[in-house]
Amino acid sequence: MNLALAPETLARWQFGITTVYHFLFVPLTISLAALTAGLQTAWVRTDNEKYLRATKFWGKLFLINIAMGVVTGIVQEFQFGMNWSDYSRFVGDVFGAPLAFEALIAFFFESTFVGLWIFGWDKLPKKIHLACIWMVSLGTVLSTFFILAANSWMQHPVGYRINEERGRAELTDFWHVLTQNTALAQFFHTITAAFLVGGAFMVGIAAFHLARKKHIPVMRTSLRLGLVTVVVAGLLTAVSGDVLGKVMFKQQPMKMAAAEALWEGEHGAPFSLFAVGDVAEGHNTVEISVPGVLSFLADDSFTSYVPGINDINKAEQEKYGPGDYRPNIPVAFWSFRWMIGFGMASLMLGLLGLWLTRKRFMVPQALRTGEDEVPHLVLFGNKVLSPKLTKLYWITALWTMLFPLIANSWGWIFTEMGRQPWVVYGVFQTRDAVSPGVSQGEVITSMIVFTALYAVLAVIEVRLLLKYVKAGPPELTEDDLNPPTRIGGHDQDADRPMAFSY
Amino acid sequence: MELHDVWFVLIAVLWTGYFFLEGFDFGIGVLTKLLARDRTERRVLINTIGPVWDGNEVWLLSAGGATFAAFPEWYATLFSGFYLPLLVILICLIVRGVAFEYRAKRPEVRWQTNWEHAIFWTSLIPAVLWGVAFGNIVRGVKIDADMEYVGSLTDLLNPYALLGGLVTLFLFTFHGTVFAALKTVGDIRQRARRLALKTGPVTAVLALAFLILTQADHGDGWSLLALVVAAVSLVAAIGAIARGREGWSFALSGLTIAAAVAMLFLTLFPNVMPSSLNDAWNLTVTNASSSPYTLKIMTWCAGVATPVVLLYQGWTYWVFRKRIGTQHIADAHPTH
Repeated sequence: MNLALAPETLARWQFGITTVYHFLFVPLTISLAALTAGLQTAWVRTDNEKYLRATKFWGKLFLINIAMGVVTGIVQEFQFGMNWSDYSRFVGDVFGAPLAFEALIAFFFESTFVGLWIFGWDKLPKKIHLACIWMVSLGTVLSTFFILAANSWMQHPVGYRINEERGRAELTDFWHVLTQNTALAQFFHTITAAFLVGGAFMVGIAAFHLARKKHIPVMRTSLRLGLVTVVVAGLLTAVSGDVLGKVMFKQQPMKMAAAEALWEGEHGAPFSLFAVGDVAEGHNTVEISVPGVLSFLADDSFTSYVPGINDINKAEQEKYGPGDYRPNIPVAFWSFRWMIGFGMASLMLGLLGLWLTRKRFMVPQALRTGEDEVPHLVLFGNKVLSPKLTKLYWITALWTMLFPLIANSWGWIFTEMGRQPWVVYGVFQTRDAVSPGVSQGEVITSMIVFTALYAVLAVIEVRLLLKYVKAGPPELTEDDLNPPTRIGGHDQDADRPMAFSY
Repeated sequence: MELHDVWFVLIAVLWTGYFFLEGFDFGIGVLTKLLARDRTERRVLINTIGPVWDGNEVWLLSAGGATFAAFPEWYATLFSGFYLPLLVILICLIVRGVAFEYRAKRPEVRWQTNWEHAIFWTSLIPAVLWGVAFGNIVRGVKIDADMEYVGSLTDLLNPYALLGGLVTLFLFTFHGTVFAALKTVGDIRQRARRLALKTGPVTAVLALAFLILTQADHGDGWSLLALVVAAVSLVAAIGAIARGREGWSFALSGLTIAAAVAMLFLTLFPNVMPSSLNDAWNLTVTNASSSPYTLKIMTWCAGVATPVVLLYQGWTYWVFRKRIGTQHIADAHPTH
């Protein structure tokens, strides 16, 4: 059969499209839930109205976003069985458990409390309403943990044995699956990267309004919150990425070698900045690299030996039998660079912004600004950025606000494609995982339908986000400022319109 | 009772929860065209399920995830075998969720009308397809020695299964109508009561026909008991709504759904997905289930999580216990 239309290829494309799309909403949901909860906490504690307006503004964007995350997530849970039935049969005993845990513990939490939060403004006392958004946030984090434990098992299977008679993997140690270092490192890295997404999103939108001198009190607060989030999350993403890289080097050396297009193993292996390779010949034709850095990234030493693609391929052939055990090298190489590049660019802009907008530290009295003034961007001492440069910073912040999202996507493309040809590393290959009973026509149909539907929904969602971003934070109403004191809402006026209705 | 039997029961419980809860959600969706006279009334209906539909839908994800974990072979055969119908259900659930959240986020009439059409169709279609799917599971489909579905799409559209689809559509609509009567106030409440009296008897006839056919082909004493409970509670639900006892009627229509699901699972046991080609190729609680270790962990998880979920979901219904009428729907386009 034509390889381009092989069932495995089609099913992989569909999984790739639907999963990358789903994960555009996931990191933003995780981070915005917590950031919105933080802002609402500030409102409850200080009674400062700007925090409530900020909560309503970011909360609205969060809700537009989580709706898409939730509905595209349903597909994720179904398509293992639909398109990867032999995978499901083989791994269900191990892989199904964290998925079921995710549904029973995290999804119920998230979905029930988000409903309470959306409709609860005039039904719940202030503090209980606040608790609801924290529950949503907890749900998103728990969900991240369980699904990453499942994914980590595909990267590095542990706590299982092979039952030859049933022809499947069986769980022997669930605790080990949940707490192996791959799962913890992936969780750490994914959560921090998610906050980088939300932080940059906040900074970009706040910059948009501040550049136009609108909604200043709310946007000043949002800008600072966003910048702090970007810097803290960005640094932690780098740290966790380093940890994860070292774990990966030990567990999946092929992925590390592919990420660097390191064909032959060497001591003091270089970090490649740019390479054009010849996959068939197994070497690079052009390469610019920094000596020793790869060894350091993989093993904390500039002189450690890092095995190359050709060495590992040979070793895996000896271990698993004849075959090509190399992933798509150009994809692995470039996705790794784009992940790091886009992520680090955001961190740098965040660091710059945090410095420029600092409030007191080395800022002369005359340049300090009040609550309703756009902050000066102070370089050093009395030196303020010129209006032109100030505008340039706001515009750059706006146009780079999706950089971390791009980095997240490439990170997943890297980690999943870098594992190929394995679906469960060293245990089960992707070509054996597809549903034998699902026809080419069926997969083509579903792929076209999903792609078309997702494209339409993307247009709708982005336009809606733009509308609400431009509208800015809402004016507060009497109801907003007088939340009910008892559960179920005020009693006095039974015919009062709902504070929020669909 | 071995653990895989416990899990057979638990899967049935999760599906019962799903059909009970999203059953009236689907019903409300259908009523937006059947009962509501204008946009405000449509919004009243939609807002009766506004805070809860998302949590209700998670029962499906739990049923799916639990089937994957407890009966991987069942999950694999069912989901790959019913590929296109499931695709349609997925599309509907995607559009439906977005429709609820986005409908009121723009003031344009066309925007709102389009999403309202979407809510109707994406509620109606899955309400039918779940019945078709369960009809086929009970009836048995072409499964080969490798546990693969080898039938075609048209095999799934047989009269028995289609009747099953009609039953779930009517049952969910009736359940939703009673829910609407229970949760609304004013003119729409009265009309919901009257509509329930009209659709109730049709629902009863269809459901009884389907369940009796099922009993005749696959039933035993226990399934007959479930059938009787389903039939009696459905008739009682109609009687209760006729006397204006909305709460009782809703509980009884819920009991009907639970008893009907119980009956279908009783006729299946010990199979989970029988093969129509050869009895030896049936998927059973034994040959489709996970290892005892996995089932033990899952039992702990479900045993702790499910009661907690019921508690906080129940609390949600209590928080939003007040009835909604047209006066509660703000006219202004909500921009915040």
